[in-house]
Amino acid sequence: MDRFERLEAVAVPIARVNCDTDQIIPAQYLQKLRSEDFGRFLFAESRFRKDGSEVPEFILNRPAYRPARILVADRNFGCGSSREHAVWALHDYGIRAVIAPSFGDIFFNNCLKNGLLPIVLPQAVVTPLLAQLESAPGAMVAVDLPAREVALPDGGRHAFEIEAFAKTCLVNGIDELGYTLAQSGRIDAFERSYDGGSM
Amino acid sequence: MPPHGKEAVSPDASPTPQTLFDKIWDRHRIMTREDGQDLLFIDRHFIHDVTATAFDMLRQRGLKPRAPHRIFGTPDHYVPTHRRDMAAINHPERRAMIQALERDAAESGITLFGLGDPRQGIVHVVGPEQGLSLPGMTIVCADSHTSTHGALGALAFGIGATEVGHVLATQSLWQRRPRRMRVSVDGTLSPGVTAKDIILAIIAEIGVAGAAGHVLEYAGSAIRALSMEGRLTICNMSIEAGGRAGMIAPDDTTIAYLADRPYAPQGAAWDRAVAGWRALRTDEDALFDREVALDAAAIAPMVTWGTTPEDAAPITARIPDPAETADAGRRDGMERALAYMGLVPGTALEEIGIDRVFIGSCTNGRIEDLRSAAAVVDGRKVAAGVEAWVVPGSQQVKAQAEAEGLDRIFTAAGFDWRFAGCSMCLATNGDTVAPGQRCASTSNRNFVGRQGPGARTHLMSPAMAAAAAVTGRLTDVRRLLAGG
Repeated sequence: MDRFERLEAVAVPIARVNCDTDQIIPAQYLQKLRSEDFGRFLFAESRFRKDGSEVPEFILNRPAYRPARILVADRNFGCGSSREHAVWALHDYGIRAVIAPSFGDIFFNNCLKNGLLPIVLPQAVVTPLLAQLESAPGAMVAVDLPAREVALPDGGRHAFEIEAFAKTCLVNGIDELGYTLAQSGRIDAFERSYDGGSM
Repeated sequence: MPPHGKEAVSPDASPTPQTLFDKIWDRHRIMTREDGQDLLFIDRHFIHDVTATAFDMLRQRGLKPRAPHRIFGTPDHYVPTHRRDMAAINHPERRAMIQALERDAAESGITLFGLGDPRQGIVHVVGPEQGLSLPGMTIVCADSHTSTHGALGALAFGIGATEVGHVLATQSLWQRRPRRMRVSVDGTLSPGVTAKDIILAIIAEIGVAGAAGHVLEYAGSAIRALSMEGRLTICNMSIEAGGRAGMIAPDDTTIAYLADRPYAPQGAAWDRAVAGWRALRTDEDALFDREVALDAAAIAPMVTWGTTPEDAAPITARIPDPAETADAGRRDGMERALAYMGLVPGTALEEIGIDRVFIGSCTNGRIEDLRSAAAVVDGRKVAAGVEAWVVPGSQQVKAQAEAEGLDRIFTAAGFDWRFAGCSMCLATNGDTVAPGQRCASTSNRNFVGRQGPGARTHLMSPAMAAAAAVTGRLTDVRRLLAGG
């Protein structure tokens, strides 16, 4: 997993409420293996025409936003399908942090497992931020994970919450599985005393 | 979402009244991490043909599934529904996904109901049908509609591919304890109103993020009165309200449904299990973080008009006007939805013509769904210009329907009668709605492009989809049931 500490980068606004994972990556790409570059399929239906050419008006295709590594979205971003491919698409495209007022629960968890930082900021901060980023294409946002703080183009600084364990994993680029495997004894002991749930 | 669950009481603290959810959670808690997340033991893990990447991750780390006997698989996303053989899959990547499932299951000794097996079907139809999903269990699958299995009184939720790898390797999963939300539906449903209408009414009421961070428990007399199949439909769409899971306490209906299922306990083990299941209910006075109540008698047959499941309205309504919506984000979403759907505010829903009908999916592909649709279709014909499909949720459902003669009712009316799979719910197997076509669908998501690029989806119950098939437009099924 990639490490994440600090990042200052162009932020691209996706000003849609309830942006579901089907929009982030349509289901037709779920049949690809992880070795593929899923960045090519990010927002595919909005971003490309049928012949594969770009839709120039779509925000990711506008020159000022092309270097974006931060995505700012509206509430309930990543709702719907559990497909981790949505996170892979963002990750492979180069997005390392997503800021929104709220996220779909499964998407939120999937982000943390892939070195992508999901940041919850209040709607009262995100709504004007979306407008700012639209009116000033190419504006930068800075994210400081150890300090749990973002700095916005208007000079505003906002703290965000992240669970300590998730933060440690992101900062060190390690995943959960190694930690859990080290707890095998606890799992074994649980299983020995387990009444089998319903079985 | 990070703040959730902080208020959760310590499971060992006191005999505080507990919810059904808390009882199951606590019984499966292996340990608690410093940040408050719990490591949960997973009783049942379902896999399907979008799990190849998780097995690849495992292989790369030199790991193997820890408890293959707890894992069951069946291909559903990529299976062809017009024929029943691998050669019918003309796309190499899709074929490879099914072959990967076959290989991964065989390598690890995982039971697979493969293509051609009479038990194959959509994983969320097959699990309950085989008695693999039982009250009190923790159940996961790499699919958001895993919430379906909660109808049996289990804690069942969808997970991502990395989490699948974690469960394969450790038979456990880290989770922060969600909040609890109870939706009570009391009263009696009117004729022609079904479980699908209840859940669409709930989502219209609380919104697609209304249950985010929460586990839903459905309660009340109207829920208790539902069959097991209706309950599965309700819990299936919990994720469409943003819920982490949805569940219904086990009762006589649950126990009667499970009796003699192939993988349900038998004999003395059955008696012991039933005794335990009877205690699996929310204690009186247990606290929920949020409570919502609906009056069953006030629910009409529902259809969606937009591109999120909260865009649902009674069939008697008209398309709402975004201009009358105060919230800017919601207004923008409605305008986008209407543009995509090719609809204008003020149009009566019953005036909307359709091109396609899809009866099936993990939401509404069970035998009662097909009976309900067949009752409307019987003696009628699919309207001119409409292409209508029935895709049973499992091969067992298909066989049962054929034994009852339902297939002949559908085919006589002009429906296409197909093999089991996810099919046109999300179009991964190539069963698509063409761009611009409008589909009356019994599935769970009306998202942009869900049934194919440019496809326009209207969600509804099987009876309502059947009514749309025979009239060629969205139709209040109550009129057809009255013989009109």
